[in-house]
Amino acid sequence: MLTMILKRLMMAIPSLIGVVIVTFLLTRALPGDPAAYFAGPAATPQAIQEIRVKLGLDRPLIVQFGHYVDDLAHGNLGTSLTTGQPVASELRNRLPASAELTLLGLIVSIIIAVPLGILAATKPNSLLDHACRIVATAGVSLPVFFTGLILVYVFYYQLGWAPAPLGRLDVFFTEPPHVTGFYLIDSLIARDPETFMAALKQLILPALTLAIFSLAPIARMTRASMLAVLSSDFVRTARASGLSAYTVIITYAFRNAMLPVITTLGMVFSFLLGANVLVEKVFAWPGIGSYAVEALLASDFAPVQGFVLTMAVMYVAINLMIDVLYGVIDPRVRLDA
Amino acid sequence: MKRRDFLKSVTALTAAAAVPAPAGWSPAKAQSRQETLLIVSESGPNNLDIHGVGTNVPGYEVSWNCYDRLISHEMKTNDQGTPYYDKTKFKPELAEDMNIGDMSVTFKLRKDATFQDGTPVTAKDVKWSFDRAVTVGGFPTFQMSAGSLSKPEQFVIVDDNTFRVDFMKKDRLTVPDLAVIVPCILNSELVKSKATEQDPWGLEFTKLNTVGSGAYKVTNWTAGSQVVLERNDNWKGGPPPKLKRIIWRMVPDAGNRRALLERGDADVSYDLPNKDFSELKSDGKLSIISTPYSNGIQYIGMNVAHPPFDNVKVRYAIAYAIPYQKIMDAVMYNLAKPMFGASAEAPTEVAWPQPHKFNTDLAKAKALLAEAGYPNGLPDPIQMSFDLGFAGVNEPTCVLTQESLAQIGIQTTINKVPGANWRTELTKKTMPLFTNVFSGWLDYPEYFFYWCYHSGKSIFNTMDYQSPQMDTFIDGARAAAATGDTDTYNKDVKGFVDLAFTDMPRIPLYQPYVNIAMQKNITGYQYWFHRRLDYRNFAKG
Amino acid sequence: MTDIATSPPRESSLTALFKHSRYVLGENPVTGFAFALFVLIVLASVFGPHIVPYDPLASDTTQALKPPNAHHWFGTDQLGRDVFSRVVVATRLDFFIAIASVALVFLMGGLAGVAAGFFGGWTDRIVGRIADTIMAFPLFVLAMGIVAALGNTVQNIVLATAIVNFPLYARIARAEANIRRDAGFVEAARLSGNSDWRILSFQILPNVFPILVVQMSLTMGYAILNAAGLSFIGLGVRPPTPEWGIMVAEGSAFMVSGEWWNATFPGAALMVAVFCFNLLGDGLRDMVDPRRRT
Repeated sequence: MLTMILKRLMMAIPSLIGVVIVTFLLTRALPGDPAAYFAGPAATPQAIQEIRVKLGLDRPLIVQFGHYVDDLAHGNLGTSLTTGQPVASELRNRLPASAELTLLGLIVSIIIAVPLGILAATKPNSLLDHACRIVATAGVSLPVFFTGLILVYVFYYQLGWAPAPLGRLDVFFTEPPHVTGFYLIDSLIARDPETFMAALKQLILPALTLAIFSLAPIARMTRASMLAVLSSDFVRTARASGLSAYTVIITYAFRNAMLPVITTLGMVFSFLLGANVLVEKVFAWPGIGSYAVEALLASDFAPVQGFVLTMAVMYVAINLMIDVLYGVIDPRVRLDA
Repeated sequence: MKRRDFLKSVTALTAAAAVPAPAGWSPAKAQSRQETLLIVSESGPNNLDIHGVGTNVPGYEVSWNCYDRLISHEMKTNDQGTPYYDKTKFKPELAEDMNIGDMSVTFKLRKDATFQDGTPVTAKDVKWSFDRAVTVGGFPTFQMSAGSLSKPEQFVIVDDNTFRVDFMKKDRLTVPDLAVIVPCILNSELVKSKATEQDPWGLEFTKLNTVGSGAYKVTNWTAGSQVVLERNDNWKGGPPPKLKRIIWRMVPDAGNRRALLERGDADVSYDLPNKDFSELKSDGKLSIISTPYSNGIQYIGMNVAHPPFDNVKVRYAIAYAIPYQKIMDAVMYNLAKPMFGASAEAPTEVAWPQPHKFNTDLAKAKALLAEAGYPNGLPDPIQMSFDLGFAGVNEPTCVLTQESLAQIGIQTTINKVPGANWRTELTKKTMPLFTNVFSGWLDYPEYFFYWCYHSGKSIFNTMDYQSPQMDTFIDGARAAAATGDTDTYNKDVKGFVDLAFTDMPRIPLYQPYVNIAMQKNITGYQYWFHRRLDYRNFAKG
Repeated sequence: MTDIATSPPRESSLTALFKHSRYVLGENPVTGFAFALFVLIVLASVFGPHIVPYDPLASDTTQALKPPNAHHWFGTDQLGRDVFSRVVVATRLDFFIAIASVALVFLMGGLAGVAAGFFGGWTDRIVGRIADTIMAFPLFVLAMGIVAALGNTVQNIVLATAIVNFPLYARIARAEANIRRDAGFVEAARLSGNSDWRILSFQILPNVFPILVVQMSLTMGYAILNAAGLSFIGLGVRPPTPEWGIMVAEGSAFMVSGEWWNATFPGAALMVAVFCFNLLGDGLRDMVDPRRRT
């Protein structure tokens, strides 16, 4: 197990290096001139040039890259031009917001998609199967920001069921004392059910938006995997032995079908982490997605580089966790590796 | 698990969690809601100190409310009944007395004013703050120089409570420039204690902390998310503000901001599309106040240093081709004052903004193009640029203009420039055709023209316009204003306005309105030259 | 003595394909429906601009924001342009974005993948590294970065979509090429003197195409959604070009004030197209490989 983990980490390092290089080049290719931004309005070209030298932006790219890598090695992700704060601390503050939202979205998605997939697999090619497929595909056929805006319009503006899309907490609640940064967990730790409910209420619409968008791959994979397992020998044996449908489908088939589904979950999670930039914009969510987008549009290098690097590291970590989980669930994989 | 049961349990969970907030509110919360103002806007400050490097416009609002200046302006009422700052009447803020001499002005400071940490405000704080403003460079220094305030030697401590500003030259704008946001007074001892060798003015500290003597202080700032301000109960610069707490939240989506206002979940917003302001006004559920921008105009600019816009006839053709009324109707929803279509006999006023005499007339436009040597329109497509940060107004304006220009044979492509890069693009002075807005804090025609039409390489002379005649008029007007020579002043102002319309390097479109939407129970809005909110006069209920 | 039974005359492969398709479509009505929809989209792309009642770029501010009525079936937008005309004309651009993206990613990813699978060794390692690097990026942000850096033109949006999908295609193509590396027909081609690149391009890649075509239909849907997401941020196609994504992004601002038609009709068109491509993908999968029917 440990060797597998180490081997995977080794293999991930070249990708991370590639990510660092590509991001650096891409951010330098963005239009917009931080020196002009810093110099402010009414700056003469000389003033702008002075600032450019001060910021080290007149050096050749290789030298700038060298500085960047050196900073990275010391854990310094630079400072954001637009907010003026160090990138590392801002990412640390904002990451739990995005992670909490994405995780909840994923959980809601699983709660809906997995039963849908199992159901569809039990009666393949029936009307039920087609209906499940249509529902799942419909969710992923609309742009995610549009789904979010429609939900806000219907459930907040028209019906008033959902709370105002003002971010993670209503203005009159204060954050629970920081333990994990996840308001749901922290409020429970602090034994504050009111804040817990407030945080949960704000999470529902954005999590639902993400869930609708990620239904399809999970449902599809569950269905495919279940279909494959349901036609296997041991399931036929279980049926022949007279076990109830419930036992056959859930206890035997589903457990075995879970593996590919878990791989999909990992992929979907990292896809959602990157894609929730749009959801964060719609719901005024103070996460890393909205942070990165604003920085990108302002040609602000450091946050974009920091964001991409963080995401890349998380991607590697999540995939690793999935592989370990795989090994835990299915001993065959562990023994082979 | 049967699907029906599963769906039932999910619905129950959702219903339980979606209980609307007001039903379960405690009296304590209701009371604190009464004392709090919730403002929503698209973006927020990137720095709490106006002297900071690259501080954006929302940062100015924080500075205005958390810091005091020596003087401020009295209020008058404009023709719509809105309290409007009076540019000619000053009122004491940190200074209780002002004595304008021939080449200097002396201020007597209040003896009871303290900073938010209790330290008394003295003249050395004023001098340190003013020295800082003229030394840090960038926008604050530039703004100070607009009133001929540029050297620390001009700022003199007479004694602990007396402060003098010496004039470099006579300039009508010096005293008004002391009432703008930039010359704010900071707690010099506190900031000096946080300064370092690389940061002698303590800019890093004041970026994150407000250290003034003003009516409010920032108690919580999450960049990009919210700013929370609390009232300073020891404020001595004016009558005590009624609202204890101001919460300013950033909500990026415009539709959501409107929804929040309509449902009563937000109190104030100035950041809505014109269409929403116009509709909310007729709905009558919210209080909408619209005031023209002081000294501000949205215009179409052309680079007059290069063909084809170096030819004045081509510029006239463009001026005749712009679909002015369409823009007023579909883009501004008539929330602007037209700056076009003045009648041919109207005399030139001594005022700015002032409308020009062009109107939409495609036949005339085509004829002029032919006269300029382009009977079939321009041979190459022209790029039309705009600031994406104000896309709501700029994009449809450009689309409508593009359509109209196509009808006289000028093809254009639209170039969206992200907000953060807009200033850079303007500085380069390479954009052939663009739309932009400019307004000056000091509401005097010669101020506007100095920054926009004078041949000095000001970033705001976006058209790269060089005209010695124009320079003479502008310089003459400024000198005449300083000495009080009304006749010469009037002559020169009329001169530069006429020349601006004869040469037409930029085509004014309209004078925009500053709009604000508020819940009906909110009063106390005042229009200031900086167009941002002054929290000190707001009241609820 | 046994008679050698004569086998029935061989059908041409095209007829066989046609019969098989009809069987699959008949069996699965959803796929049939998706095919019909696809044909409709193609027709709208080709003939749309010629049959629409109004010029999609012609503004008329006196008619701005009118709800759907007899003159304007889908209503008008904020500049008075006819929404129906714009939605239909946008079909061409969106379809182009979808097709161009998949063509580009098929060529880029497909060729790279088959080269990696066929040659192995360093080619394999390099392609693998590039794919892994791209996959490690948050993909939408990578697309945003590419469009922001290179400029928001249709070509760059297509390029960004292709780059973001490259790893998936490379991986599938590589696996398929690996299987076929030592196949008989490849040996035969080599013996006839074909260079490796000719074998890759004309023998292996066409065989990989049916496997990839399933993914390609999904990517077509993704390309359109990607363009819409970019428009929401301000990095979409340039105005006044009609394109579903930017119409939805701009139209959403009018939902709260009640002008629902601005966003709903382009949104519905977009949804129908992406839906169609997704279901088509399923149908194609059934047609191509019955074992993989999901």
